[in-house]
Amino acid sequence: MNTTTQPAATRPDPILTPDAAFFWEGAKRGELLAQRCADCGDLQHPPRPMCAKCHSVRREQVRLSGRGEVYSWIIPRHPQPIGFTEPPVVALIRLDEGIRLVSNLVGVAPADIHNGVRVQVEFEPTVGGYAVPVFRPIAS
Amino acid sequence: MAERGRQAAIAGIGQTAFSRKDERSELQLAAEAANAALLDAGVAAAEVDGMITYTLDPTDEIGMIRCLGVENLAFTTRLPGGGAAAASTLHQAMAAVASGVCEVVLVWRSINQGAGYRYGRPQAVGTWLPGGGTGSLLWCMPFGAQAPATWAALASQRYMETYGVTNRDLAPVSVIQRKYAAVNPAALFFGKPITMEDHQQSKWIVEPVLRLLDCCQENAGAVAFVITTVERARTLRQPPVRIVAAAQSIPFNVEVISNYYHDDLTVMPEAVGTARRLYEQSGLGPRDIQTAQLYDAFTPQVLMQLEAFGFCGRGEAKDFVSGGNLELTGLLPVNTHGGLISEAYIHGMNTIAEGVRQARGTAVNQVRGVEHVLVSSGMAGAILGRV
Repeated sequence: MNTTTQPAATRPDPILTPDAAFFWEGAKRGELLAQRCADCGDLQHPPRPMCAKCHSVRREQVRLSGRGEVYSWIIPRHPQPIGFTEPPVVALIRLDEGIRLVSNLVGVAPADIHNGVRVQVEFEPTVGGYAVPVFRPIAS
Repeated sequence: MAERGRQAAIAGIGQTAFSRKDERSELQLAAEAANAALLDAGVAAAEVDGMITYTLDPTDEIGMIRCLGVENLAFTTRLPGGGAAAASTLHQAMAAVASGVCEVVLVWRSINQGAGYRYGRPQAVGTWLPGGGTGSLLWCMPFGAQAPATWAALASQRYMETYGVTNRDLAPVSVIQRKYAAVNPAALFFGKPITMEDHQQSKWIVEPVLRLLDCCQENAGAVAFVITTVERARTLRQPPVRIVAAAQSIPFNVEVISNYYHDDLTVMPEAVGTARRLYEQSGLGPRDIQTAQLYDAFTPQVLMQLEAFGFCGRGEAKDFVSGGNLELTGLLPVNTHGGLISEAYIHGMNTIAEGVRQARGTAVNQVRGVEHVLVSSGMAGAILGRV
């Protein structure tokens, strides 16, 4: 057989918990979601079963713009992270909607990374068929 | 300062030898350290009526009762937050003794990373266990942030970039603490001083924040304390060390190590909160502290605690540590046993033991004229002093 295939994904699967499963199900569909309180409208991450502002347990999931900026970043060199062939750039992303996410930066050389770089979400597959949001710098 | 009828004192400290690898079980290490602390104090094990350790400690209260011969325990507590539990143990012991719930509280932490959970090894699967104080690690794993150095560095980088702190600026902390360890026979790095260049040539663990010599290491050992009333402690074997103040602080949206969600990552709000409570409780301030023993799994934590406790201003810690202030001749000798980086990583407890030795006047690197010692594990802290 002579077909070109994507290399098999090696990235670890997300760890699903009852209050956060929606986030990873959304990522699987290529959507970046966050939890919003269905009563007071507060946007919350990490997700939680009760709104700290109004104590409502009614939640809704909203789709985010996927745009934001680098808030902090590092490269774990040693020991090698499980599921990665090259050390990833781990970054904290401050999304334009105001919440922060741990993620990866892709398509950027370490010398070009600094806090404040504008980024846009894309998705990468995981070993067990899920996907995670990662971020690529927006060409200015 | 609130009027307290019963005040608490640390009457005994005990520890095992610290090593890279130990064949003894964690329970044996804990029991040996506890027995040493009881002997140091001159208190019979049968008198212990309270026990305090960490949620992460792998030993068991019943096991300790059976090893030591404790006759009728009245109080147990396990504290959350990983290493942040270290100084919380003193806070809880103080509360138990001051309230009259306990007469003699035994505190311990045992760790054997050769045989048990190796903190430095990446982990990508598993379930979240409550009590670690850090529910958000699961948001890190699939991105390759899978070990404590990585989790901690991600928050520190924001502080470092904001204030122009480079990895080289962290080197003085590592070099000075190693200098202390090099003359401390209990330290893993006894007889092994390092230079700034050694630090700069050590390999990256997490670029651009942590090199190998910025990090604690996996090891084995146990540390224990005996806490009782000041009144009782006066009659015992050692000079009592009073818990002048003790406090915990967990501000909204703060976590222990995946601490990425509070408003300003260039400050350590939990340590700011701990400082405020300690200074209010005691009526003391940073100028009243002669030496500080600060939780230092990684060097940036030392800089951020120096700022949080008011020993220098925000963003000024890199200049404070480069100016020789952490030396025995400096303004504030810090981690005079070598710290978790260079003495041993007993999850913060060996740092508190050093605080007790400084207050007693028996440290290997003794600071002159000690009246008050700060011990901090970020989310908790205590001020210790002579009675």
